[in-house]
Amino acid sequence: MGDYTIMNQLDFPILSLMMALPLAGALAALYSNAATARMIALMVTLVNFVLGIVLWLNFDQGPSAPQWQFTEYAPLFSRFAWAMGIDGIALLLIVLTVFLMPICILASWEAIQKRVSEYMAAFLLMETMMIGVFTAQDIFLFYIFFEAGLIPMYLIIGIWGGVNRIYASYKFFLYTLLGSVLMLIAMLWMVNEAGTTEIPALMAYNFDPKAQTWLWLAFFASFAVKMPMWPVHTWLPDAHVQAPTAGSVILAGVMLKMGGYGFIRFSLPMFPDASAQFAWLVYGLSIVAVVYTSLVALVQEDMKKLIAYSSVAHMAIVTVGLFAFNQAGLEGAMMVMLGHGLVASALFLCVGVIYDRLHTREISRYGGLSINMPKYALLFLLFTMASIGLPGTSNFVGEFLALMGVYQASSFVALIATTGIIFGAAYMLYLYRRVCYGDLVHDDARAMKDLSPRELAILLPVAAATLWMGVYPESFLAPMRADIRAVVERVAPAKPEGDAKLTPGTPQPASHDAHGEGHAASATSEHAGEAH
Amino acid sequence: MDMLTSLLMTTPELVLTGAGLILLMISAFGGDSTARIVSWLAIAALLSAGLTLCGLPGTGGQAFDGLYQADAFGVFAKVLIYAAAAVSILVAPRFFATTQGGMRAEYPILILFATVGMGLMVSAGDMLTLYVGLELNSLASYVLASFMRKDGRSAEAGLKYFVLGALASGILLYGTSLLYGFTGSTSYDGIATAMADGLSNGELFGLVFVLAGLAFKISAVPFHMWTPDVYEGSPTPVTAFFASAPKVAAITLLIRVVTEAMGSALDAWQQIIIFIALASIVFGAVAAIGQTNIKRLMAYSSINNVGFALIGLAAGTPEGVAAVLSYMAIYTIMTIGSFLCIMQMRDAEGRPVEDIASLAGLSQSRKGLAAAFAIFMFSLAGIPPMMGFWAKFLVFDAAVGAGLTVLAVIGIAASVIGAFYYLKIIKTVYFDEPAAAYAPAGSRIENAIMAVAATVIVLGYLLNPFLDRVTATAAASLF
Repeated sequence: MGDYTIMNQLDFPILSLMMALPLAGALAALYSNAATARMIALMVTLVNFVLGIVLWLNFDQGPSAPQWQFTEYAPLFSRFAWAMGIDGIALLLIVLTVFLMPICILASWEAIQKRVSEYMAAFLLMETMMIGVFTAQDIFLFYIFFEAGLIPMYLIIGIWGGVNRIYASYKFFLYTLLGSVLMLIAMLWMVNEAGTTEIPALMAYNFDPKAQTWLWLAFFASFAVKMPMWPVHTWLPDAHVQAPTAGSVILAGVMLKMGGYGFIRFSLPMFPDASAQFAWLVYGLSIVAVVYTSLVALVQEDMKKLIAYSSVAHMAIVTVGLFAFNQAGLEGAMMVMLGHGLVASALFLCVGVIYDRLHTREISRYGGLSINMPKYALLFLLFTMASIGLPGTSNFVGEFLALMGVYQASSFVALIATTGIIFGAAYMLYLYRRVCYGDLVHDDARAMKDLSPRELAILLPVAAATLWMGVYPESFLAPMRADIRAVVERVAPAKPEGDAKLTPGTPQPASHDAHGEGHAASATSEHAGEAH
Repeated sequence: MDMLTSLLMTTPELVLTGAGLILLMISAFGGDSTARIVSWLAIAALLSAGLTLCGLPGTGGQAFDGLYQADAFGVFAKVLIYAAAAVSILVAPRFFATTQGGMRAEYPILILFATVGMGLMVSAGDMLTLYVGLELNSLASYVLASFMRKDGRSAEAGLKYFVLGALASGILLYGTSLLYGFTGSTSYDGIATAMADGLSNGELFGLVFVLAGLAFKISAVPFHMWTPDVYEGSPTPVTAFFASAPKVAAITLLIRVVTEAMGSALDAWQQIIIFIALASIVFGAVAAIGQTNIKRLMAYSSINNVGFALIGLAAGTPEGVAAVLSYMAIYTIMTIGSFLCIMQMRDAEGRPVEDIASLAGLSQSRKGLAAAFAIFMFSLAGIPPMMGFWAKFLVFDAAVGAGLTVLAVIGIAASVIGAFYYLKIIKTVYFDEPAAAYAPAGSRIENAIMAVAATVIVLGYLLNPFLDRVTATAAASLF
């Protein structure tokens, strides 16, 4: 059949390859002994990381570049197709995924001693599913990957998790499943209505505004749970606390981003009217989340729980940014997602490092670690600062842009959301003080050794990426700028009136650099404001 | 239409009946020592009956003046039924060897007679053919349920099945007599013609009673009470058979009756189907949670699954019927696979174990079996990428396509309740500390069938174009 097509700059199906490799690796690992399984997993994830770099380097960011690149199409499944393709948004999330995977494998190198081959297989399977979510261009294919990711994660939490792992695994699975099934019915309705399963076509289809309300709510049920947004976030602390370190990394680093990706890929462009209609809901839930979960994080005694709650607070800044309906807000939301993917992962890895030594996550059992573990204390400090959003680190760029974006939409929301940064400083610095500063009062903590070369090899790349993203964010903003603009233009007709009444300044001559585009975007929003 | 053509159209039933009678003689005179050869001959008979479906029995149209219909719809159902029946015969010897000292030659013969009955059920074009087929199937089934007659539970299962089955047959017959009284015909076409000009009260009552009788056969709530006891008490290969072949036959029979005979009374039967679909989904899911016996759990699972299949039927469209057929095909594979896994549950002495708790830690002693269990349970729960998801997808798609969005939303939300108890089995298999180990792996045949079923459940999406085509053809022959 002539229906099978591969259209990309490399002339071979790189996306399918990136998904097939971990799948094959998973099967191979399943039938190997522990040592071989570890090596297979590391090799496969490293090769996939290299492929991810190849993908990034070959991604066309030029002004006339097509929106969807590396597309593949094979109508294999009758009702839906093996349709793959990425834009800049998906590209960055894929790169984040393949970057974190080898780190996860290395972090489990010694911590996981039982049923290693199954563990590695589950992680590799997970990687296939995550890449599938970000590359699928067919709405049902997306759903299959979105849901299938639950299976390996359920096993990872349930088999290799902590004491209360069974409760956590059920809660994780059933919560996210309940959210997603409603989305499936909405998808069936949409495909029935629009007559296509292709995501790009559905993004351009104008659904009846009345129907949009229901469709939006169904998708919201899924993405809000996945994100997670208050008040459906309660599965996250349980899952994080019980999951093994690498499981927490993948959960915080990539799986939560599927919710944000869903909003930016489905909710906003497919239902612009409903998105505008429900912006208040998202704002409301988000500002509650920022304040409430930050306060909850402040009183946690368990390190992983604290970071889990901080994740909910950070994701709330993502959601306000996404529903700011402007370039800055959406770009900021994406940057927070990427930055949080690195920083939260790194923080979980830091917790994992000391958990491996003392086998407790209780904060009060530590203290004074900067005395006997200086390298660890330094890196932990860097990630703490990044989590707070210190300028020069990844999270600053994202949070600044997101808050700037939402300020144009609602200064009140921006005001409350910004307190998240202050609270963030409070709970993170408090955590850091209790773990690293003060005297070494516990003998067992005194006996802990500083970072091993393996642990350094895990944390240093993340530290480098965090600083890179903070110092030169343009590398990350450039690939997605055009795609974010497409989303902003798509939602522009429905955009709610913001409360920021900016006075127009003197128009500047248009220039082709990044700053010029930023100004152009804000200039259009000013004109839109005048029109009202 | 002459008699010969009519007879040719019923070749599959004639082959099976002939084979059944001959094998009955062999076993009567040869005793149980012929069990092995009788089993293989029965499978050969099923295979040849299946092969005859390629000819006139698949395309002939109406035989015996409409009493029997040879069409694509019947072929689809019969292929599933024959396959399920053959598997139930294949897996039986080992089970009976450990429970009652050897396979008995009557077992494959009873399965053959039940299969003849099911063939008549799915091909019936008249309420009376339907009834004769149904009774033939039921009588063989009653005996099969109590096949281990020295076992108290098996005898109880047979008796319960018989008493409640007789009650259901009575209800069905009463409905049929009402329909005959008010429409003047027992043929589907005759009933359809009479119903076309509005539904009288008498016809409505007839319709309700017929549906109630059939709901018993598919074990839909509120006529499900017999299912857990019968499934638990019957010998496991028989339970596997009950959960697959007669289920397919009864569902397809129901489809044919409501679309061919009652097609014009869509509004009347649609609400009944919607009710029993939702009731089955919710009840099947909730009642399964507390079960500790795996066969009982599978009984509730089958009630739950019938509910989902009925959602496709509730749509009342050709797409809906095709979806139900796909559902039943996938369901048959998952169920047979699950029961093959259950039959591997044997303690150190080789006796069957049915306690869910005994599965604890299976993944550490029997990796392959544990993986198969996980695949079938995730599939029954409808989690992608297993085929069980695709089955649910199709019926919900049909419901949404027919404007029954609310039904689809409630049904799919209730599927999350069901997911819980399937997850519980996976939890027991993978997360719990190992319990006493099972006896070593079973026969090659069982393992091979299990492996094939598991592979189809995982990679079945590649068969989608084929499945879509055949179910669409089968469904089209009804409309």
